[in-house]
Amino acid sequence: MQGDQTRDHPGARPPDRTGRVDSSGLSLAVNEWGEPDAPMLCLVHGGFDFSRTFDVFAPMLADGGWRVVAWDARGHGDSDHAHYYSWAADVRDHLAAITQLADGPVPVIGHSKGGGQMLDLLDARPSIATAFVNLDGLPSHFSAPDINDRERRRMRRDDLTSTLDRRRRRNELSRRPDTIEGLAGRRAPMNPRLSREWLEYLVTVGARLDDDGWRWKIDPVLHLGGFGPWRPNWSMEHLANLDLPFLGVLSGVVDDPMGWKSRPGDIAPFLPPDGRVEFFDDIGHFLHIEQPRLIADMVLEFLEPLR
Amino acid sequence: MSTTEMLTSGRLQLALHTLSEGEGRPLLLLHGLGEVSPAERPSWTSMWPGPVLALDFTGHGRSDVPVGGGYMPESLMADVDAVLAAKGPCTIVGRGIGAWVGLLISGARPELVRGVVLADGAGLVGGGPQPPSPYVQVLPAAAYPTPDPYALLELSRDVRPPDYALDFVRFALEGSDLDHPIVVSARNRPDWLAAVADEIDVLDLPLTEAIALFAGL
Repeated sequence: MQGDQTRDHPGARPPDRTGRVDSSGLSLAVNEWGEPDAPMLCLVHGGFDFSRTFDVFAPMLADGGWRVVAWDARGHGDSDHAHYYSWAADVRDHLAAITQLADGPVPVIGHSKGGGQMLDLLDARPSIATAFVNLDGLPSHFSAPDINDRERRRMRRDDLTSTLDRRRRRNELSRRPDTIEGLAGRRAPMNPRLSREWLEYLVTVGARLDDDGWRWKIDPVLHLGGFGPWRPNWSMEHLANLDLPFLGVLSGVVDDPMGWKSRPGDIAPFLPPDGRVEFFDDIGHFLHIEQPRLIADMVLEFLEPLR
Repeated sequence: MSTTEMLTSGRLQLALHTLSEGEGRPLLLLHGLGEVSPAERPSWTSMWPGPVLALDFTGHGRSDVPVGGGYMPESLMADVDAVLAAKGPCTIVGRGIGAWVGLLISGARPELVRGVVLADGAGLVGGGPQPPSPYVQVLPAAAYPTPDPYALLELSRDVRPPDYALDFVRFALEGSDLDHPIVVSARNRPDWLAAVADEIDVLDLPLTEAIALFAGL
């Protein structure tokens, strides 16, 4: 592999400390920014992301006076690959991480799938958090609600077959090697609003350089989609049960391929008493990457009474 | 005297027991939650002419235990798919959680499941048609003996909406060339199973009659 294999990005700062936590035998990678004796908050990343995707956002929060702690979900980033992956297992891993890293209840910020999973966790274990910021991780309906039942069933049938076929080939799967530019280009359809410069930076912190090129570290058995009985509206029941300061931040960009496309009107009936929702129709699903300063300032202001 | 072979399913090894030899299509037994495969051929399989097999689900019996849990019925369905890949078409009898998994695989691989019998047993109900009260528990890392506590925890709380079950009934009916690929023998009828049993083209028969039906195919 020829040429410069490093990339910088304005404002991106590697973690000040790294570590590991254990979740029932699985080792999860932890990254921290900020002073070690500052008050702690947790950042929980979304699906197909990893904690280093907070390399710009987390330092902004750290510079605001927080010890910012994030971990890689099982199979993501530098955490162990697992035998099984499930929503419930991720939720349990989050609990293991928070209870090992924090001395008591702390503010929690979750993005996308990480935010949705924290809704589940905080309903089950409300005593672990003092506040909850959810960044476009509020499932309220399927993101393509205009699909009729027949079509949804056909899609489920297709997902079912492809998942089982993929499972049969599980031991043969590996991530395809590529250049930094190549990997960034392959991620771009998932992150169409993020700059190529950022995506190339992500490759250098979320992929590994093998003899034949860069490969994303994420477990090759993981893929977008899948099937199961899960319904997005179940998350709204968890939201309604919360009893802590809550800030939801929603993206309103309809053509962003990621996210659940919930609108304030979908969320409002379920908001907890101290809850509030902010809606941005001009920022995509990765709000904290697309507009890190704006989102960080909003979060810092929201959390200031807790410091 | 049964024999055991180990099958590979992803990164896990599964124990598949041959309870009796025979010619023709195998009868595959799926045990209930927390159970293991029977050591001997059950008496109610006596009219089955072919081999009688029994699978230990992941985290049960002699099969591997995954690190850190993460069980879903859909992953046990993949266990059964590994058997189908190795042995070809089978008729399935599932007890409890094995009945739910048997229904799922009959819809997912209708060309390979030559009839499924849904029978009573541990884990038949699951978590019910709606999510149960949230409960998150981290268990200590250990070389768990089977059954894996995470299997017991997670597979007794999975949600089983009736309309989700009916999707798999329709997949089975559409994809199978049998007129009646699904038979309900269970006397307990949680919501999902009551919905399945109410479907036209799903039969309701005692266990031995159900096996006789599929033995005669």
